[in-house]
Amino acid sequence: MVRLITHNLLACHVKGCDSNNFPLTFSDAEVEIRETEYNAEFLKGFFPKLEWKALVDSARQLGDVSLPETPPIDYDSNEEFLRALHHVLLEIHVQEGSMICPNCKHVYRIQSGIPNMLLAEHEVAGR
Amino acid sequence: MIPTPDLSHLTKEDYKHVYEPAEDTFILLDALEQDADYLKSLNPRLCLEIGSGSGCVLSFLGAVLGSTSALYLGTDINIRAAQATVRTGLQNKVSTSALVTSLYEGLEQRIKHQVDVLVFNPPYVPTLEGEASVAQDGRDIAGAWAGGTDGMAITDQLLKNVGGMLSPRGVFYLVAVKQNDPEGICVRMRRTQGLDGEVILKRRAGGEFLHVLRFRRSE
Repeated sequence: MVRLITHNLLACHVKGCDSNNFPLTFSDAEVEIRETEYNAEFLKGFFPKLEWKALVDSARQLGDVSLPETPPIDYDSNEEFLRALHHVLLEIHVQEGSMICPNCKHVYRIQSGIPNMLLAEHEVAGR
Repeated sequence: MIPTPDLSHLTKEDYKHVYEPAEDTFILLDALEQDADYLKSLNPRLCLEIGSGSGCVLSFLGAVLGSTSALYLGTDINIRAAQATVRTGLQNKVSTSALVTSLYEGLEQRIKHQVDVLVFNPPYVPTLEGEASVAQDGRDIAGAWAGGTDGMAITDQLLKNVGGMLSPRGVFYLVAVKQNDPEGICVRMRRTQGLDGEVILKRRAGGEFLHVLRFRRSE
């Protein structure tokens, strides 16, 4: 279940790829919509952790244009906005497809809803 | 009392490749349950378990905090374990998410000072030097326990970055055994990460002396 909430936390980590490496671009995404319980407190609490532009752009790649370019000032009390955010973050699931780094073009596969972020030995940055 | 997550969907075949919850898992559940009121008071929104395996702990955390109250994200280097993490979430009505990765690779850039609850039940068993990294490369069940010379080969890779991952009120739970030197870990974490650590639960189980350590920022 790659949802946009998880995707918003993922950046390319290939050795030396450290700029323009976020967000990963969806490719050949198979999308499923699954309804889930709405929790406004969660959304308000998670909001500050989000990279907003990345979220809006990624949702648009998946065909959802419900989020505004800039979040409303009253984001924490605007229920219409929070409902849209709920749907985008938690109800859009990418089941199969790929995520491609905008910088180095590395392809991360998504299989059965689980992204694989493992790299081959020579691509790993030093720990 | 919070019940242990339902794992009836996992089979013997799954447990050939995915670590089956055992005493080390259960002491971690007990520690989280003991801290339930404290954890709820933090209003955590991002909960991350490294090496989430069967998904038992992450689902339990969801039961403690509320299934829709946080993002419950697990990582595992073993794809079957990542799948089990998601299945166990579904079975227990907690929407757990999983990634196949080593430790937190791919997340590092975006989770700086964002993780509210971090959990790691690492491969802590002392083994021959080098066995830990071979086990990780195998991406199977041995990676769930083989820990290198002092059982700390994999744990140390995470510990050096915990301070940078935790949010201001963030908390980190770690399982360790006596051979890992829990007191020494606390001293090192204080010095290198600025985190206060303490042993919050310990018990003997079989041949192991299990400890659960909790770390958070100094008051």
